[in-house]
Amino acid sequence: MKKSKTIHAILAVLAVILALTAWTPVQAQQKNIILATTTSTQDSGLLDMLLPIFEKKAGYFVKTIAVGSGQAMAMGQKGEADVLLVHSPTAEKKFVAEGYGVNRRLVMHNDYIVVGPAGDPAKVKGTKATTDVFKKIASAGALFLSRGDNSGTHSKERDVWKASGINPEGQKWYQQTGLGMGQTLNVASEKNGYTLADRGTYLALKKNLQLSILAEGDAILLNIYHVIEVNPAKWPKVNAAGAKAFADFMISKETQDIIKTFGVDKFGSPLFFPDAGKKEEDLGK
Amino acid sequence: MNGSPPILAVKDLRVIKAGSLVLDIPALMVEEGEILSLIGPNGAGKTTLLQTVARLIKPSAGDLFFKGQKASSNHSDLEYRRRVAMVFQEPLLFDTTVFENVASGLKIRGMQRPEIRKIVAENLEQFGISHLLHRSARKISGGEAQRVALAFATRPEVLLLDEPFSSLDPPTRESLLADLESILRQTKTTTLMATHDRMEALRLSDRIAVMNQGRILQVGPPAEVMNQPLDEFVASFVGVETILPGRVIRKNGGSFVASIMGHEVEAVGEVELGESVVFCIRPENVTLAVHPSKESSSARNVFPGKIVKIIPLGLYHKVQLHCGFPLVAYVTGHSLENLALAEGQEVVASFKATSIHVVKKKGGRR
Amino acid sequence: MDLILEGILKAFHLLITFDPEVMGITLLSLQVSGTATFISLLIGISIGTIVALAEFPGRRFVVSLINTGMGLPPVVVGLFVTIFLWRNGPLGFLGILYTPAAMILAQAVIATPIVMGITLAAIQALPKNLRLQILALGATRLQMVWILIKEAKLPLLAGVMAGFGGVISEVGASIMVGGNIKGYSRVLTTATVMETSRGNFDIAIALGIILLLLAYFINLILTQIQQRERPR
Repeated sequence: MKKSKTIHAILAVLAVILALTAWTPVQAQQKNIILATTTSTQDSGLLDMLLPIFEKKAGYFVKTIAVGSGQAMAMGQKGEADVLLVHSPTAEKKFVAEGYGVNRRLVMHNDYIVVGPAGDPAKVKGTKATTDVFKKIASAGALFLSRGDNSGTHSKERDVWKASGINPEGQKWYQQTGLGMGQTLNVASEKNGYTLADRGTYLALKKNLQLSILAEGDAILLNIYHVIEVNPAKWPKVNAAGAKAFADFMISKETQDIIKTFGVDKFGSPLFFPDAGKKEEDLGK
Repeated sequence: MNGSPPILAVKDLRVIKAGSLVLDIPALMVEEGEILSLIGPNGAGKTTLLQTVARLIKPSAGDLFFKGQKASSNHSDLEYRRRVAMVFQEPLLFDTTVFENVASGLKIRGMQRPEIRKIVAENLEQFGISHLLHRSARKISGGEAQRVALAFATRPEVLLLDEPFSSLDPPTRESLLADLESILRQTKTTTLMATHDRMEALRLSDRIAVMNQGRILQVGPPAEVMNQPLDEFVASFVGVETILPGRVIRKNGGSFVASIMGHEVEAVGEVELGESVVFCIRPENVTLAVHPSKESSSARNVFPGKIVKIIPLGLYHKVQLHCGFPLVAYVTGHSLENLALAEGQEVVASFKATSIHVVKKKGGRR
Repeated sequence: MDLILEGILKAFHLLITFDPEVMGITLLSLQVSGTATFISLLIGISIGTIVALAEFPGRRFVVSLINTGMGLPPVVVGLFVTIFLWRNGPLGFLGILYTPAAMILAQAVIATPIVMGITLAAIQALPKNLRLQILALGATRLQMVWILIKEAKLPLLAGVMAGFGGVISEVGASIMVGGNIKGYSRVLTTATVMETSRGNFDIAIALGIILLLLAYFINLILTQIQQRERPR
């Protein structure tokens, strides 16, 4: 049975090779940065463009963990991330106020839009104020899909409901998917419902969706991105130097220029608007 | 008995399993080259004894001696097992070729390929199954499988067989028995064999040991055990078909008469008046006649009776009759025809007083 | 329907052109799941055999634990492994969170009980006296165990295939402990989920098809070993 012995030997060698190559040496901790950001930021493709530049320049390896804003900040609170790139201003302010984050700096913004079926049963098209849009949807009892996942989009949506004085929780026409932006858009498209989406994701998926933009441009719909470094005083194990390097990179002129033109060739308009150095209140004016 | 020590000896051997004593053997000795059969009902302890001798089971008490030396330390276990071969009731073969099966035992001992090939060929040749060398072990008949199992053993110093023929049909059994017999005699291999079948035991063995409930009740040459069973149990087990309890009513010098179910039966032996005895009569010793013989025969016991049942047993017939007490006789087919014996027929049964084996009921053991 | 067709075409295209990113993802899937299965094989078969053959107090309890482990929800495993591997967690000093090593760990935890449970059943299914027979031939305990394992080759390899199948298709734990980082800890399953959530259905289907092909190919090899050399 020589044949069986050789086969066994070959398999054993294969296994060892596989194992060895898979065992990427645990890189020196100093060279790793854990960046917690949101799925929509990840899905826009912006980071795929920027990170290689940063990594080459600064020599760090960035581990991008794309989760909802809520989870990203939770990771920051536990010191399990080094730097956050999120867009949930109310929660962010609380995060910094409680001492978990430092150096919260404005990076860029894009905007949210309200999309819905072309038939527009709630007749919201043309309405200027988003709060009015939401009121119309509520009174018409039209199907509205919420992400319901504590993401930046979800918290923006909650802010608008609050500003409209309406509590949609538990109403029959208000459904929470718990899913990412892309999937929620798909569900809204399938079920002919309204939803709040960031422009970037909508544009990327437009060809597969039966949804049209029904409201946009209102100041409340601004989606503002900040970079926050996790406080090393609270969590000594964070890579403070790496976090700072990344944050500095995001607001550097070269990066801001790249952000300005990102998406133009693909979608005809940029996906983000660079805002480093500006004040949050000044945006949208 | 030659002067050298027995190849195997057992002293005060006890095995306790799940709280009960399953084996209790104060002494047993096996001579080199002898074939000793263990017979007894299920649960008698035959398998336990064999496995203890194979050192697969550790005795709870007592010692096992191999060639005069105590075999009790753990270290010699492996070495011992390689000199002692055990064959189980169902052939436990591996799912590979016959060659690989027989070779496995040798590979375990670290033998090299070329030598393995030679020895496997020899072993298979010995049992007449050389042609099965490359066959799948799962695709051979029961008899062939058992031969392969036997071929596992390579010149063992002691061979232990646990009912090796019981799973085979009679013709296969017969052929294997014959082959085994000649091989064992030729190689003078010391053998311990457990079996249900008295005829097998009778045929193969130098000595028979009758076991029950973990004890050896009697051990000796087959003729001795079969014709002079020490107690009722042994008697019934070794195939004494007629067992009759009675009471001594008369003594006549060396012989006596006992009352058996109201009939007087004469036998030979040392008894006391009024003593309870049990008569054991082997069916071979009972003669049947249709017409009572005119000449007087030397048989002291002659009883007319009726045939109750005739059971054909291959070479002969078992005839159950009632002649005041139940009696079993063996009769050849020839005689059956000649006397035109049939169920319900009236016959006269006779047996010699000297052929009755007398067992004293609950008395001492001789 | 055309979506699936598109997907098939895309898969074909990606494979034929040896698209580097897809090749990388596929190779990583194989490495991670292959290593995890290998580890689970070593631990699973050895412990499974020991529990099958040994007698010890509480054995039944251990067996039921193993049987329960076979049905461990992978996502729960992922959660617990993540918590352990967090920087501030008990195994944080290893620094392997969000690396392929962590994925191998999580997958090994998922696959090992499966291999263990099937080994346990396979060895117990062997004829009771076979063990004695092997010992009677003069085998050492180790030799006996090895021969028994060889005898149970058929069900044991089925166990390995079950373990491998379980982890190559696993996504929940892999995302949690691996982070689905591009070019680093992204495997076929996690990439499929990501592309789906992005709405890139054709790529998602293509990746799914490649995953199926990979799984089939590996199981083909394992089946060959399992069914090989059945003598006439």
